[in-house]
Amino acid sequence: MGDDIKMAGQPLSRVDGKLKVTGAAKYAAEYIIPNLAYGVLASGAIARGRIKSIDTAAAEKAPGVIAIITHLNAPKPPGYFGGKESSDPRTEGGEYRVFYNDVILYSGQPVALAIADTFERARYAASLVKVQYVKEPPQTDMLSNMDKAVVPKESDPDYNRGDKNAFDNAAFTFEQEYQTQLQVHNPMEPHAAIAVWEGADAITVYNKTQSSPIAQEDIAKAWKLQKENVHIVSKFVGGAFGGASRVWPEEMAATIGAKKIGRPLKVVFNRDQLFNMVGYRPQSLQKIKLGADKDGKLIGIHHEAYGNTSTYEQFTANMTSLTQALYACDNVSTLYRLVPLDVSTPCWTRAPGEAPGSFALESALDELSYTLKIDPLELRKRNYAAQNPDTKQPWSTKFLNECYERGAAQFGWEKRNPQPRSTTNGNWLIGYGMATGIYGAWRAPSSARAVLNSDGTLVVQSATADVGVGTATIMSQIAADATGIPVEKIKFELGDSRLPPAIGQFGSLTTTSVGSAVNDACVALRQKAIEYLKKSQSSLQNTPVENFAFGDGKIKTKDDAVSISYADLLQQQHLPSIEVTVDSKGSEEADKYSSYSYNATFVEVGVHALTNQLKVNRVVSAIDAGKIMNKKTARSQVYGSVTWGIGMALTEESVIDDRYGRWMVKDLADYHVPVNADIPAIEVLFIDKSDDILTPIGAKGLGEIGIVGVAAAIANAVYHATGKRVRDLPITPDKLV
Amino acid sequence: MNLFQYVRPAEQKTAIAAVAAEPTARFLGGGTNLLDLMKRHIMQPEKLVDVTRLPLKGITQQGNIIRIGALTRNTEIAEDKTILQNLPLLAMAINAGASAQIRNMATTGGNLLQRTRCPYFYDTAMPCNKREPGTGCGALEGFNRMHAIFGFSDKCIAVNPSDMNVALRALDATVVVNGPKGERKIPIADFHRLPGDTPEKDTNLDKNELITAVTIPISPFSKNAYYLKVRDRNSYAFALVSVAAALNMDGNTIKEARLAMGGVAHKPWRLTDAETFLKSKTATEENFQQAAQIAFQGAKAFKHNQYKLKLGPNTIVQALSVASGLKSV
Repeated sequence: MGDDIKMAGQPLSRVDGKLKVTGAAKYAAEYIIPNLAYGVLASGAIARGRIKSIDTAAAEKAPGVIAIITHLNAPKPPGYFGGKESSDPRTEGGEYRVFYNDVILYSGQPVALAIADTFERARYAASLVKVQYVKEPPQTDMLSNMDKAVVPKESDPDYNRGDKNAFDNAAFTFEQEYQTQLQVHNPMEPHAAIAVWEGADAITVYNKTQSSPIAQEDIAKAWKLQKENVHIVSKFVGGAFGGASRVWPEEMAATIGAKKIGRPLKVVFNRDQLFNMVGYRPQSLQKIKLGADKDGKLIGIHHEAYGNTSTYEQFTANMTSLTQALYACDNVSTLYRLVPLDVSTPCWTRAPGEAPGSFALESALDELSYTLKIDPLELRKRNYAAQNPDTKQPWSTKFLNECYERGAAQFGWEKRNPQPRSTTNGNWLIGYGMATGIYGAWRAPSSARAVLNSDGTLVVQSATADVGVGTATIMSQIAADATGIPVEKIKFELGDSRLPPAIGQFGSLTTTSVGSAVNDACVALRQKAIEYLKKSQSSLQNTPVENFAFGDGKIKTKDDAVSISYADLLQQQHLPSIEVTVDSKGSEEADKYSSYSYNATFVEVGVHALTNQLKVNRVVSAIDAGKIMNKKTARSQVYGSVTWGIGMALTEESVIDDRYGRWMVKDLADYHVPVNADIPAIEVLFIDKSDDILTPIGAKGLGEIGIVGVAAAIANAVYHATGKRVRDLPITPDKLV
Repeated sequence: MNLFQYVRPAEQKTAIAAVAAEPTARFLGGGTNLLDLMKRHIMQPEKLVDVTRLPLKGITQQGNIIRIGALTRNTEIAEDKTILQNLPLLAMAINAGASAQIRNMATTGGNLLQRTRCPYFYDTAMPCNKREPGTGCGALEGFNRMHAIFGFSDKCIAVNPSDMNVALRALDATVVVNGPKGERKIPIADFHRLPGDTPEKDTNLDKNELITAVTIPISPFSKNAYYLKVRDRNSYAFALVSVAAALNMDGNTIKEARLAMGGVAHKPWRLTDAETFLKSKTATEENFQQAAQIAFQGAKAFKHNQYKLKLGPNTIVQALSVASGLKSV
């Protein structure tokens, strides 16, 4: 596209911003459905065993109650009986089946669904369900169950290049263990679903999802329905962060309950159910070994990672992948194992493997820098990978050095005194830390439809999602550039399984995949418009194709001498609209290259010398994510990523009482998402250079890269401030005592 | 929540009679704690007597006594000129608690009755002697990072979560209550209880008694007062430990000290031995260190709150340092 790009990059405000701030945007639980009933799930009290009996008498007699559903009376989705067929191909094993039988697999699992005429009455009725259990001792402590670690079936977990014994020749070796915590997505919007059966064979589900096609597939499979008879509507999502990437008990309970009562049913989770009735970021134990020569050149890296999963599924988020690609090192080995526990299955959480993986690797590199007495930034530069050290492919683009240079300059890294505990401000110990982030850039097959109306407006559609990042806005910008139609005349529609299938919103894939599809569909649409133009009586009829330009809602000659508006063209041709649907995917050329987004994060922290109170004073996040589509929404997204990183580093953690297998931190008072007082000014620098190999629009993906490395940068800064290295997150004041 | 009756009387007498008439009835103030507990089925009163229309609001000064009506919102106290001038410690403590939205709703009386945030108390599937006497204490051998190091029993190791209460304890407040048997005044030291064998009772307030006011003597502590709260995030989190420090200084000499702690006991914890030690001492870090050591004699930690044995004394030193002007924050 090159010089054509005009709207992309502009800091356009969100096209749906007004809808959101005025409350007009409809989220899953907000649809008004006639004859709607309300369901609330009752959560189980034990982590392992069986349900001996359920007493629903009191619940059934409670005011307004329509039905109490348990495994004893629930209609069973036919897909439940498919054994292997019902398993989720994205997580090895069989998914948790709501109200399937009496087996308890995790504490807090749904044991009953109370359905009433109001939400409040349903919630009260749910509290009256009394369950007797046959208890078995649960195993929920990962560290004491390491002997049960298994090799994940889904992916090849072990990796080796070069010589495993290279450490023997290293002048310096370093070995350490790191741990990361159970982290919970905690979006503002709770998980919710409304199920509306249309006869026995068709259903509409309004839900919170990052992918309406995946929700459609999951529900079709469970109920053995034709896919096209399952309609998923999820126009707005109030935060998801990976937590709405698959169907959870709210959708299944709503479809089961609605079937049972023959009425539309809404199920909304309570906050505590958002902790483990859906997925969460698993905890990790990681071991890093580094070998280096005296100049800091890495001779060998070994990275082992262990994460927890449930007993019934294997959730994988390989924490070691980044170690294979980040630094130029000939000898690298990694190992990844899962520890099955009596907990619910974890799931994708912002930068699933990379966020915890980078904490270990980038903490270790920092520790090595002190051993070698080499500046941490310099150490990383000395190991800069000029090509992918694993595949030996060239990078499509890599501007990590620019991230280092610009980030360090903006931050004032050169002022850092290399000595730990050397800088103070009153009673506060001041520390500087930095880390590198890396996240794979991909483009997945996606489709988009572009419909040009005779009034000159353009509707672009794709079944992707917007979990709050501004997708509709940047897609409109991309469409505007491709067609020359002003952005105000463009409407982008998403969040509906009936739209052209596309990748959901995860893996930092939406812009690269759907943005490219939107571009391709709009380019195809304008070609189609030109074909009509060729058939018309217009004076542009004989203009060679390469001489056309597009702007102001018009097709024109490049010298702007002659033009016709899209509206006039369609009206002259008596066309109410023209439309094009395009299936789009990456080029074969792109396969020859390796693509990643990068960042360098620089952090200043203050730690109170007496009370250990921690404060992040400053963050500079320098990011190479290819061409930035909208500097305003992009900056906001990085603010969010850095905030996530601060939460991971300092405040967020849920805790399980292993005696009961029970999550003990499960509300927003005790699970400490960072608040304003925790978040300093965050300076975001975009390198903003196009990657024209990966995508026609130059983007590489931005959703996750901003969090990768942040926790390590903060931990490194805390060490620099205090001289104390904390290797298990979060770094709360008590760990510095 | 359960179905309940709701009444909103205009007179104290009617309100008290309404609560007395119903074994599970409760007074409702700002609702910031009670409604949460009801939604989570921890407290299920069958009648709520909304007292917010009673004329119990406002801050007045009579001679040497400041009187705060029980329905005065936390924010009103924290922003009141009389309070800021005479009892800055109280304003600081209130501002360290909760969020602006909660402080706008929470009443003085309600804050005094705030219940513990122990996660076992909050989870009806878990044992808790405070919620359900006889079921055991889940925290004793469980997740007890936030729990008590003073005054606990084997029945309960929960802590009082309020910041306001810590300042009231340091300032020798009195709680004025009215009930079927008439008015009485409870010194703040006797208002909250230690758990002992009856952790279900947080306070010595009778069920049918209504808090009508808090009175606080104006004392010469306003110039050298500081409330320091250490927490997991920089706002909107309960204390790991907190310290209310107020000093009556003559030059660099401490004439009298007031010290109380939050996050360490079932009630706001007054450090009288440390206060006695500080009397007539000069404000030096050494003296503050010694006072902190004295304060922590007898402290005993559990598996996850060992850090309090060091963080607590450090926080006392820092609070005294700032209150005395020895150091900045």
